Amino acid sequence: MLSILKIVLQRLGLGIVTLFVVSIVIFIAVNSLPGDFAEAILGQGATPESVATIRRDLGLDQPLVLRYLTWLKGMLTLDLGTSFAQLNFANFGGAGTTTVAEQIAPRLSNTMFLAAVTACIAVPLAVTLGILAALYRNTAFDKAANMFTLSSISSPEFFMAYVLILFLAVLNPIFPSLSNIYDGMAFSERLEKSMLPALTLTLVVTAHMMRMTRAAIISLLASPYIEMARLKGLSPIRVIVVHALPNALAPIINVVALNLAYLITGVVVVEVVFVYPGIGQLFVDSVKIRDIPVVQACCLIFAAAYILLNLTADVLSIISNPRLRHPK
Amino acid sequence: MSDLLTVKDLWIEGRSDETWNPIINGCSLTLKKGEVLGMIGESGAGKSTIGLACMGYTRDGVRISKGSVVFDGIDLVTASAAVKRNLLGKRIAYVAQSAAASFNPAHKIIDQHTEAPVQHGVSGRGESVEDGVELYRKLRLPNPEEIGFRYPHQVSGGQLQRAMTAMAMSCRPDLIIFDEPTTALDVTTQIEVLASIRQIVEEYDTAAIYITHDLAVVAQMADRIKVLLKGDEVEEADTRTMLSDPQEEYTKSLWAVRAFQRPTKPPVPQGSVPVVSVRNITAAYGTTDVLHEVSFDIHAGRTVAVVGESGSGKSTVARCITGLLPPRMGEIAFDGEVLPANYKKRSKEQLRQAQMIYQMADTALNPRRTIGQIIGRPVQFYMGLTGAKKRERVNDLLNQIELEPSQYFNRLPSELSGGQKQRIGIARALAAEPKFIICDEVTSALDQLVAEGILRLLADLQDTLGLSYMFITHDLATVKSIADEVVVMKDGKVVEQGPKTSMFTPPHHAYTDLLLSSVPEMDPDWLSDLLKERGVDNIGDAAINNM
Repeated sequence: MLSILKIVLQRLGLGIVTLFVVSIVIFIAVNSLPGDFAEAILGQGATPESVATIRRDLGLDQPLVLRYLTWLKGMLTLDLGTSFAQLNFANFGGAGTTTVAEQIAPRLSNTMFLAAVTACIAVPLAVTLGILAALYRNTAFDKAANMFTLSSISSPEFFMAYVLILFLAVLNPIFPSLSNIYDGMAFSERLEKSMLPALTLTLVVTAHMMRMTRAAIISLLASPYIEMARLKGLSPIRVIVVHALPNALAPIINVVALNLAYLITGVVVVEVVFVYPGIGQLFVDSVKIRDIPVVQACCLIFAAAYILLNLTADVLSIISNPRLRHPK
Repeated sequence: MSDLLTVKDLWIEGRSDETWNPIINGCSLTLKKGEVLGMIGESGAGKSTIGLACMGYTRDGVRISKGSVVFDGIDLVTASAAVKRNLLGKRIAYVAQSAAASFNPAHKIIDQHTEAPVQHGVSGRGESVEDGVELYRKLRLPNPEEIGFRYPHQVSGGQLQRAMTAMAMSCRPDLIIFDEPTTALDVTTQIEVLASIRQIVEEYDTAAIYITHDLAVVAQMADRIKVLLKGDEVEEADTRTMLSDPQEEYTKSLWAVRAFQRPTKPPVPQGSVPVVSVRNITAAYGTTDVLHEVSFDIHAGRTVAVVGESGSGKSTVARCITGLLPPRMGEIAFDGEVLPANYKKRSKEQLRQAQMIYQMADTALNPRRTIGQIIGRPVQFYMGLTGAKKRERVNDLLNQIELEPSQYFNRLPSELSGGQKQRIGIARALAAEPKFIICDEVTSALDQLVAEGILRLLADLQDTLGLSYMFITHDLATVKSIADEVVVMKDGKVVEQGPKTSMFTPPHHAYTDLLLSSVPEMDPDWLSDLLKERGVDNIGDAAINNM
C-alpha cells in the first residue's frame, strides 16, 4: 500500500507542475487575443483617453510578467479576481461588484450536475453495451451497437440535440426542451430539466467508452487464463464478466476519465441549444467581451479538471492491478 | 472395463490465409478409466490440438472436420455447447503448460479453485475450500491452509503448477488432459510436480492424457505412449515396449538424440592465458547482490557450461562479461587484458571479440529486416565490408550455418522455422569473427532433434574456427553432449566447477548431486526408484509414502 501512496503523491506533484505550466500558457494565450476589454466595452464611443483610463483602472497597462505574477498570487490564495464585466464604472470599486469566483461558482456547479447526470447514464450503458458486444462479437447485435454509437458520435452535437428535442419534447412531450435551471430548484425538477442535454451528451460519449470496453475485453480473450475459464465449463457471460473484465479495467477507466473531462470542458454547444446555464456558456460570453479574469479562471478550471480526472484514472488503473495491490 | 474416451478418425483443420489446412490427419485413440496415455511429438505435431479436441474444444481458427470424440457415450464433436459446458471442469479437466499464464491474475487461487465445483453445483463454496486445502496438502504445497488465499503472482511456478493440478481435481473428474505441465519448470521442481501428479492420478483412479515432448518424462507418467509427427500418428504401444523396442524410424531417431556426445579434449596446457577470465565478480541489481565472488576461466577452443536453475545468476554472469551490467566488484579479463566494466567504455575491437546468441531467436531477430540485412549489419559494422564484398561474406556465413544463401538471403525471420532462426542468430554472432561466444539457453526453446542439429553445428564451428563458448543452460543433457568444463551455480555462487568428466562422476557437491539425479531418465521405474531412494529427506514429507 505504501508504494501506491508514493505513486499517488508523485502523480499529484506532477499534476501541480503541469498546472503551473498550463497557467503560463493560458495567460500568454488569453493576453494575445486581439482587441481588449476597454475597447470592447466602450464600443463606438472609445476615445484614446477613455480607453487609457479604463486600462489603467484595470491594471492592463502593467507589464505582462507583473500581471502574470499578480494573477498567479491571486490563484494561489484562491482569489480568482474581479470580473471586468461586473464592474460598475460609475463608482469603481464600490458596492455591486462581483468576484470571478461568485460568477463562476453557480455555473460550474450546474455543469458538474449535468456531467454527473450524464455519467450516471452513459458509463453503465457504455460498459454494459461493450460487454455485450464482446460477448456477441461479430453478430448482428455487435454490429448494430457499433453502428448506432458510431453514427451518434459522428453527427454534430446540435443535430443530435435537435433530433432528441423533436422526438422527446415536440412529438412526444416527455421532457422539457428548455433547461433553464436556477438556484433553489427542487432536485427532481432540476433532473427533469437536465434530461435532454444529458441524453444528448450520452449519445456523444457512449461510443468511445463502449468501443474501448469491447476492444479491451476482446484483446484478452486469446489469453491462456480465458481458455482455462472456458475449459472449466463456465458460461460465456461469466467468462467475460468475471475473468476478462477485471483484467481489462485499466484501459476502460482511462477512457471513462477522458470522457468525463470532456463533459466538464466541452459542452458549450449543448448548453447553448438547451439554454443550460453552465460554465461553457459563461466562458464563450467572457471571451466575446474580453473579460480576461473570467476567461483565465475558466481555462484554469478546465485544465485542473483534465489533470485531476486523468490522475484519478491513473491511480484507479494502478489499483486495479493485483500485483500492485498485493505485493509479494 | 469399458472405454471412457474413444476418438475415432479425427481430422482437424486450421485456417491460414482464408484456406483450411489439415493439422491432424485421422487420429484415433481409446482410453480406459484410470489409464494414462502419453502423447509425444515435436512442436507442431498437433499434440495440444488433439488434447483440446478430446475436450470437444478447438481454438479460434481451428475446426474439427471429420471424426468423433466420444466421452462416456456422448459425442463431443456434435454435442451442444451447453452439454459440453456441463462436462468440462466437472468430468473432464485441463492442466495447462504455463500455470502462471493460465491462472487469472485478478483472482485468488482458492476462488479459481472453487469456481468449477460451485458453478457446476458439485459442492458448496465452504466444502470446496476445505477440499482444496486437503488437495494442497496431498500435493505437498507449503502452508496448504493459506497458500490458496494468495494471488497467483505471489506463488512460485512449481507451486502454481501443483495448485493447477489441484484445481483440475476439484470436481474429481474422470479425465484430465495434462498439456506439457512441467516443460516450463526447472529439473528439481519438475520432479516434485511429476510425483504429485502421478500420485493424485493414481489415488483417485483418474484417466489422463499426458502431453509432452520429453520422452523421459512421459516414460515416468504413462501406461501407453502414442508418438505423433506433423499431425500423423507414428505408432502407439505400452510404455515399456515403446522404450525398449520402438518400431518406426522416426521414433528411433527421437530416442537417439540423447546419444550425441563430443569426445573429451586433452587438458589445457599449463600456463596458457584463458580467453575469458571472470575474476571475483560480485554484481547487484539495485541494492541486492545477485552474484557473489564468481570466478572461472574459459580457454581457447573450449566450451564452459554454466549450469543452474532459474534465478541462480547464470545470465547475470553473461551480462557482466558483455558489460551490460558492470559488476560491483571484481573484473573481466580478455586474453589477459582487463576490460572496462561498462560496455560503453569498451573499444569496437573489444566488443567484436565477444558475441552472444540468445535463447529466443524469435525476439532476438528484428522481424522487419531480411536475413541478408540481419547478418550484413555486423559484417559492415565490425569488418567494414560493403557492397559485393559484404554480400559475399553473408553468403559464406549462410553456407557455414548450412542454409542455402540464394534461398534465405531475402527472407524475413517470420518465414523461418525455430531451428533456422537460431542458425541465423549463430551466423550473426559469427559475422563479427569473434573469439568467444556466449550461448544463452540457445537450445531450450527447440525440439530435441532440432536442438541436436544446433549443438552439432556449434561443435563443428568450434573445431574449424577455434571458438570458445560459454554455454548457459539448465539442461544437463546438453551439458553432457557439448561441454568441456562445467560451472554449477546456485543463488549467485559457484558451488562446483571442473572438467566435465569429473563433474559427472561422484562424489559431487550435494547440490550438483540433486541436479544430476533430477534429470529424468528413460527408465520407466526411474521416478519410483528415485523417490524411494530420496525417501522423506528431499521430496516433501512422509505423505508421499503413506498415500
